Amino acid sequence: MNHMPAILVLAPLSGAFFSGLAAWIKPWLSFYIALAATCLSGVAAICVLGDVMAAGTVQYRMAGWAPPMGIELRIDPLNAMVLVLISAIAFLNLVASARSVDREIPDRAPSFYVMYQLFVVGLLGVSATGDLFNLYVLIEITSLTSYTMIALGEEGRSHLAALNYIFIGVIGASFYLLGVGYLYITTGSLNMQDVAVILQQIPGSSSAVLTAFVLCILGVWIKMALFPLHVWLPNAYAFAPVGFARVVAPLMTKVMVYVMVRLMVTVFGLEYVFNTLHLADIVVWLGVIAILAGAFMALFQTDLRKMLTYIIVCEIGYMVGGAWLGNTLGMAGAILHILNDALMTFALFLALGNIVYVRKQVAFSNLQGLFAAMPWTMAGLVLAALSIIGVPPTCGFFSKWYLVLGAFEAGAYHFAAALIISSLVCAVLFFKVFEICFFGPMATSHGHHDHGGGVMTEAPVSMLVPLGLVSTAIVAAGVYAGTIVNTLILPFLQ
Amino acid sequence: MESIISYKPLLAVLIPVLVIPVLMSSARRPNVREAWVFAAGFIMFALVVSMTPVILAGHRIELTLFRLMPGADIAFRVDGLGMLFALVASSLYIVTSLYSIGYMRGLKEHGQTRFVSFFALAIASTIGAAFSANLVTLYLFYEMLSLATYPLVAHHEDATSRISARRYLTFILGTSIGLVLPAMIYCYHVTGTLEFSTSGIFAGQLSKPGATVLVLMFVFGFAKAGVMPFHSWLPAAMVAPTPVSALLHAVAVVKVGVFSIVRVLTGIFGVDLLGAFHLGTLVMVIASITILVSSCIALSQDELKRRLAFSTISQLSYIIFGVAMLSSMGQLGGVIHILMHAFGKITLFFCAGAIFVATGKKYISQMKGLGRQMPVTFAAFFIGSLGVIGLPPTGGFYSKWHLISGTLEAGQTVFMVVLLLSSFLNACYFLPIVFQGFFGKPDDAPVNAPVTVREANLCLVVPLAITALASMALFFFPQMFVDLIVLGLNL
Repeated sequence: MNHMPAILVLAPLSGAFFSGLAAWIKPWLSFYIALAATCLSGVAAICVLGDVMAAGTVQYRMAGWAPPMGIELRIDPLNAMVLVLISAIAFLNLVASARSVDREIPDRAPSFYVMYQLFVVGLLGVSATGDLFNLYVLIEITSLTSYTMIALGEEGRSHLAALNYIFIGVIGASFYLLGVGYLYITTGSLNMQDVAVILQQIPGSSSAVLTAFVLCILGVWIKMALFPLHVWLPNAYAFAPVGFARVVAPLMTKVMVYVMVRLMVTVFGLEYVFNTLHLADIVVWLGVIAILAGAFMALFQTDLRKMLTYIIVCEIGYMVGGAWLGNTLGMAGAILHILNDALMTFALFLALGNIVYVRKQVAFSNLQGLFAAMPWTMAGLVLAALSIIGVPPTCGFFSKWYLVLGAFEAGAYHFAAALIISSLVCAVLFFKVFEICFFGPMATSHGHHDHGGGVMTEAPVSMLVPLGLVSTAIVAAGVYAGTIVNTLILPFLQ
Repeated sequence: MESIISYKPLLAVLIPVLVIPVLMSSARRPNVREAWVFAAGFIMFALVVSMTPVILAGHRIELTLFRLMPGADIAFRVDGLGMLFALVASSLYIVTSLYSIGYMRGLKEHGQTRFVSFFALAIASTIGAAFSANLVTLYLFYEMLSLATYPLVAHHEDATSRISARRYLTFILGTSIGLVLPAMIYCYHVTGTLEFSTSGIFAGQLSKPGATVLVLMFVFGFAKAGVMPFHSWLPAAMVAPTPVSALLHAVAVVKVGVFSIVRVLTGIFGVDLLGAFHLGTLVMVIASITILVSSCIALSQDELKRRLAFSTISQLSYIIFGVAMLSSMGQLGGVIHILMHAFGKITLFFCAGAIFVATGKKYISQMKGLGRQMPVTFAAFFIGSLGVIGLPPTGGFYSKWHLISGTLEAGQTVFMVVLLLSSFLNACYFLPIVFQGFFGKPDDAPVNAPVTVREANLCLVVPLAITALASMALFFFPQMFVDLIVLGLNL
């Protein structure tokens, strides 16, 4: 039996254990153990993706117990893609963290690496598992580790943000758990495939199933920060240590979108979601509101980091709205955007991390002269920003392409309009930042005098290489968007 | 017609991009850097020229790079229309590169490496747009060009250039994302393809209101074409160094806008659909308003570059006007104006820059009597003016002739009056400059003071002489370009 799916999840889990132990010998050992563990996990993820593409869905029974009793890891094209994404981002962020964590939390670095790996275990587990209750447990692992790592940030403010996150996060998780409870009462099973089969024999009008669905989806929405359930997110991500913000911002919300798609497509079935329930129109409107609200709240920020967190809120609207359009194009766009948005957000936060590393503060007034001082970081930031705006050939353009096409097909012109407006607002947002980085303070004199005066103060190479790789991935994911949709997303949706 | 697969279009686009790292690494050796600029320019031009005989023989050169979605790939297809535009852009790039050396060094400008690098990126995007096989590829290069020119407009890094660059981007990016992008996706949604085809891509799927809205979204959305009311970025962009105004804001950028509109009107909608819904007339009315209003505004501008900018806005609409006529005569006259106007207007900008470098003057009222001091420059200015007004012996006559014949052929007297009136206005705002230059008395100089000839440096004078002569040569030898247009538009 091929044990790659298990290695995928177990590598960081055992890595966390040994990182903790190794810190007793030498504190720096824990970093290298974490690096090796996430790397191993990444290799396993790529192997699994290869298997899935070659031979279809991979099922792995933990310790050989058969479902529905035992826990099953079930990996199809969709989560194979998400798993590669998670492990790659976790690994690259660790590379970039080598320098920044030492600077930000020098005294507690080993504990950070332990928590970091447990967080990655949670994300990978959520994406790999085929069991609804197991999913809940793993979501809680990611959340609990998030709370601790957010609280490692700035004294005072980060503690409050973490507390806020705990309260709302617990409510979200409880909703989900309650929903799973209803499902268990109705179907007597927790295995996703099993539940899906049993649900088909239950009449669509069943109020228990409806309650289960609404509760599960609500719980997931809270966890993914769908407006207006987003209030915990901006502070939590803005005050967390950069080493953690860089991984949680691109991954946490996207994995929750994955869970939503999984619940809709695999567990309840699109037939039930769109034909039996009549919620789709309302949810698309929620997506529209999230997009517009996120974009406009971002407009009022005066700090780069805060601005980026509101862009996450906006992007969530893309995916929720797209998934609920009720057609293949919209769903494909939403799934493609899981990948693309993770890449873009990761690149943005990597660049942000580099700027924080050099300048400490990222209020707009601190960004002057960045093009001269940090040209490589800025190149990465510009590319990621263009992708958020949706300029071809970056990947952001292609998610927008599928989403708008889906919106036209569904006749949801308001959703298409929201996407276009958010592109325009994002253009304003980022060019406002670039203008400050390019020009510096409003000066009336001609720029002749101080040309070449800007001294390069670029971030360390270990932080630039991940940014370079992700920037390449942004363009590659754009250029090969058609291939990704045809080989991974459409096979999953059929 | 035969389709030939070749990497030449890709190479022509890639060469200016690939040379950028080299340019940056030779920042401290300006002569080496400039040598690379010329090398790239000549190779690119040679590649474009080497494709010309194939196109003239009635074939097409194609290359698909990436398969995105059915009917919307990243792909190149060189046809007569694209070839004409690529020839104009790549030949003028070489001339402008020479001119840039004289201008940037003459004024000891800062950031010259950044300048030449983004210039190269801009020309690569222009060639890419010319060779695009479908609307997605065209849109890609269109956006690339917008972004590549932003640092060029903002070059001076002062308050004025900051505000102008902001306005530039707001108009260009705002319209392309806000109007063109949804219109393009809607076209794809309806037809499932975005490949340019001379018969259009729609087969009766559009109603008249739908088609009207789409046409308007494209005509206004490609704001680089400067159709009013989305024109005001162009005068603002004149804060950029003059080589940018000359090549990009008289030739490359603005004509990518016009070229995109021409492509969409002829390749996406098709002449038949536009004719059936009378949309050609609608576009002609919009273009006429721009032609007349901006000509009037140009009259009142004292800053030479701003007057040229408003003249450009008006001339660009000639091209749209001609294509919207939907007749062979009109389309030929419109599209060939891309070429004729390019040579005329770049000459005028070169002159404006040469005057600024030699004397520091940028206002027309200061230029009285300057022609005796700079005879070559003012002679070239005269020829350039003739080209834009549309008088022989310049190529501009050829396009005006065809445009006016087109209106007569269709019996559209009102539109003919528009053209004649505009030509009269053109003469009113250009010829006095020349006249005052040669015969006017400078305000600040004593009467009958001896005048010495003090031209700008050779790097500035040679390019403007070349383009002025080329502008005249086009009057005598337009045939090759006419053939390209006839093949490209299937006239």
